[in-house]
Amino acid sequence: MASRVQQGGRPGGARFAQFKLVLLGESAVGKSSLVLRFVKDQFDDYRESTIGAAFLTQTIALDEQTTVKFEIWDTAGQERYKSLAPMYYRNANCAVVVYDITQASSLDKAKSWVKELQRQANENIVIALAGNKADLVAEQPDKRAVPTADAEAYARESGLLFFETSAKTAENVKELFTAIAKKLPIEQASQRGMRGPAGRAAGVDLGTRQESGNTAGGAGGCNC
Amino acid sequence: MSTTEHSAQSSTGQRPDVGPDSNNGSPPPLADARQHDEGTLEQSKELRPPLPARPDLMERGQTAGAGSLRLSKRAARPQLQSQATTALSLADVHTADRLESGDLKSSPASRAVSRKPSFAYSLRHASTAASEVDDGASVRSDMPAAGSRLDGESMLGDLIEGASTPAFKALSAQIERADPFDGTLAEDDILSTQMQYELHDVASVDADGTNEEALLKIWKAKLKHFFILSASGKPIYSRHGDDQLISHYIGVVQTLISFYQGANDPLKGFTAGDARFVLLSKGPLNLVAVSRLGESDAQLRTQLESLYMQILSTLTLPSLERMFSYRPSTDLRRPLEGTDVLLDGLADGFTRGSPSTLLSALECLRLRKSHRRVVDETLLKVRSSNLLYGLIVAAGRLVSVVRPKKHSLHPGDLHLIFNMLFEAGSVKAGGGENWIPLCLPGFNNTGFLYMYVSFFSTSEDVHSPEAERPSSGGKDDELAIVLISANKDSFFELRQMREDLVIQLEKNGSMAVIKTAIRKGHASCADITPGTVLKHFLYKSRGNVQFTMPSFEPHFHGLVARRKLMSLYHNLHESIHSRTSHLKVQHTIAYDSTALAWETPLFELYCVASSNASRAALVQGANKVVSWIRREEERVFIIGGAVF
Repeated sequence: MASRVQQGGRPGGARFAQFKLVLLGESAVGKSSLVLRFVKDQFDDYRESTIGAAFLTQTIALDEQTTVKFEIWDTAGQERYKSLAPMYYRNANCAVVVYDITQASSLDKAKSWVKELQRQANENIVIALAGNKADLVAEQPDKRAVPTADAEAYARESGLLFFETSAKTAENVKELFTAIAKKLPIEQASQRGMRGPAGRAAGVDLGTRQESGNTAGGAGGCNC
Repeated sequence: MSTTEHSAQSSTGQRPDVGPDSNNGSPPPLADARQHDEGTLEQSKELRPPLPARPDLMERGQTAGAGSLRLSKRAARPQLQSQATTALSLADVHTADRLESGDLKSSPASRAVSRKPSFAYSLRHASTAASEVDDGASVRSDMPAAGSRLDGESMLGDLIEGASTPAFKALSAQIERADPFDGTLAEDDILSTQMQYELHDVASVDADGTNEEALLKIWKAKLKHFFILSASGKPIYSRHGDDQLISHYIGVVQTLISFYQGANDPLKGFTAGDARFVLLSKGPLNLVAVSRLGESDAQLRTQLESLYMQILSTLTLPSLERMFSYRPSTDLRRPLEGTDVLLDGLADGFTRGSPSTLLSALECLRLRKSHRRVVDETLLKVRSSNLLYGLIVAAGRLVSVVRPKKHSLHPGDLHLIFNMLFEAGSVKAGGGENWIPLCLPGFNNTGFLYMYVSFFSTSEDVHSPEAERPSSGGKDDELAIVLISANKDSFFELRQMREDLVIQLEKNGSMAVIKTAIRKGHASCADITPGTVLKHFLYKSRGNVQFTMPSFEPHFHGLVARRKLMSLYHNLHESIHSRTSHLKVQHTIAYDSTALAWETPLFELYCVASSNASRAALVQGANKVVSWIRREEERVFIIGGAVF
C-alpha cells in the first residue's frame, strides 16, 4: 500500500528520508499492536508479549513528492529489558511513548520514559505520547483512568506530540505516525537519504551506516 | 514358568525388579551373530565427530559392549539374537480386553511397563524383554556362545504359537487394517476423553468466586500439571488455573516439601490415586510435575529440568540467586513477566509428548549430503566476525548449523530456542526481525547472548525484504534464520549476514532445495520401510544426539492417537533406560499395539505396529529401519556441521 507509493515516488526529484523510531512504554499497553496496525494494518485480539525487541520497517507518503521510511524498534515493556533500552533509543530520530488510557500507572511509566529520552537520547528527538486502547473507553466510558485533558496538558508542557489511539479500530494510528514524520527534518535527512537509495542494492549500505551510527551513539551515551 | 496375574493396583508404583531368575538363564544361541554388521557400525561411530554435547552417552557408559544384542536380518524366521551373557527375561502380562490372557504368559521378572501408575491401556502390555545380565566382565566379551536354548525362548515360542491359534487369527482379522490405538475403549480411558480438553485454559475465578467450584472440577480433570514455587512457598508458575484457584494446593505442596526438607530427606516423588507427583528442587526454586500420563519419574524430572532451564534462560543463574539471597521472599513472577507463554509452550509440548525431549535429541531436515554441504559452506562464507552460533531452522527441524570448533550446541538449549520460535507465537507474529537477549544455560548459565531471528514463509517463492513477513500460517512452512552473538550491539551486523546468506542461498539454489524439503515434510513409514508392519518409529543416533522419525500420518491422526503413541514410546524408553532393568531389547504386546525397543551403544530404536503384528515382523521392520538409516545417515543427520 504505502510501500507502492514509495516505489512510484522515488524516481524523479522526489524526497526520500529514512528515520529510526523506537516504541517505549509499560508492558501490555499495546506497543506491538500499534506497530502491527501501522505496518500491516492488522490487529490480533490476543497477542503474546514481545520477547526482546522486534525490528520492522514501514514507508509512508507525506505527499506526492515526499516519502518517509521508518525503521521501527518495537521494544518489550517488561522491567527486565529496561537496561537494554538505550541500545534502541540512543540514535533514534523519533520515539512513540505509549500508555494505556485505562491504566493510570502506565502514564507514570510513560512519563519516566519521556524523562529518560529527554536526558539521554538524541537532542533533537521527536517524541510522541500515545494513549492507546481508546476503543475500550468508547464502549465503556467508565473504564477511562487517564482523562484526555491531563495527558494533553502534560504533553504540551513537555513538548510532545499527543494522540489517543486505538490499534484495534485504527483510530489515530496513521495520524500519529504522519504527525511524527511531518515534524522530522526531512529536508536535511533526504539529502543524506539520497545517498542511501543510490547505493541501496541489496541493502548493503543499511548495515554499515547503522553500525557507524551505533558507535557514535555509544560514545554519546557514555557522557551521560 | 509360573504365570502371575497382576492387578493394576498391585503393580502400581512398583520399581522394576530384575529378578534373580532372569539373570540365571543359560546363554541363548548365537547362531546368526552378525559380526560384520557390527564392525561397520563401530567404524562409522569412530569416524563421526559428535555435534552437540552428549552428557547422556557419558552417563550411560555402562552400556558399552557394541551391539551386544542383534536382531537377525533374516526375514523368513527372524529371532532375537543375544550375546553369551544375555538372558531373556520373561513376559509380564495383564489382562487384555480382546486377547485371551491364557495365550500370554507372565512372570514377575519384568514389570518394566506395568509398574507405572498410568492409565488403563498401558497396563495391558505384555512384555517380552531381553535383559542384559548384570555381569560387567562378560558384557564386554564378544565371544560367540555355543550355548543351548534359553529356557525362556520356548516360552516365547509359545507366545508366537499362541498368536497363531484360530481364535487369535479371527480376532486379528477384525483389526487387520486398524491402526494402533484405534480400538481403544473410551469409557475406561481417561486419555481419550480428557486429552482433547487438556490444553484448554482454565478461566479465571470471578470476583465473587461463584464459578470456583466448576473451575476446580475442570482444573482437577487435567491430566498434567506443572507448578513452580519459590523455596519460601510463593507461587511462580502454574500451567493451569489462576492464583486464587491454586493457592490452597500450592500451600499443600509447600507443606509437603518443607516437611521432608525439615527431616533432611527431600521428597522426590509420590503417587496419589492415578497421578504421579515428581518434585525437583533447584536452588531457590521448587518445581512440581503432576501427571496421569504414565511417564516415569526420570522423564518427568527431565521435563521439570527443561522448565527450570527456561527460567535460567530468562534471568541467568547469578541473577536468580542474587534476587533470592537478597530477599528470600522475592516474587519471581514480576521479573519473569511475559515468559508464561514460553513455559506454557514447553509444558504443552510435554503434555502432547515431545520426542525431542524424550530422547534429548534434535531432529534435522532431511537433505542430500551434497546439498547440506553447500548450505554449510555458504554459512561459513558469509559468517560475520561476531557470530557465535548460526542456525537455519525449518518447521522445528535443524537444516544447518555453524558453530565454533570448541563449542558444541546443547540439545536442551536448542529446545528452548525452538520452543521460543515455534511454540510461543510472539516472535513469529511480530513479523520482520527480532533481537532477543537470552541465556543458553547449557552453553553458559551466567550470561546473556543475543539472538537475531528472521522468519521466512516458504510458500512465497520470491524473496524481497518487504515480503518476508510470514502470515500466521501453520508451522510447517516456516523457515527461520537464527544468528547468535555474544555482542549486544551486533544486530545490524547479523542482519547484514542474514541478507548475504539469503542472497547466496538463493543464488546457489539451496533455498529452493530447503523449501522443497520443508514442503515435502516427513516421509511416511510406508515409504521408509515398505512392506513391513511398522506404523511409526523413533531412531536416535546417540553419537550425533539427533533423532529421526516418519510422519505421524496416516496412522496417528489427532492429539489422542499421538499422545498414546508418545506414551508408548515413553514406556519403551523407560524400560530400557531404567537403572535397574539393563534391557537391550524389549518387545511389548498390548491389545491395541505391539512395539519394540532396541538399544545399542550407537542408537536407540523404538518401533510401533498394530496389535496383530508378530514379533518376527516387527524385528524385520526394525532391521529395515536400521539399514535405511545406514544408507541415509548423512541425509537425516547433521554430521559435523559447519565448524569454524
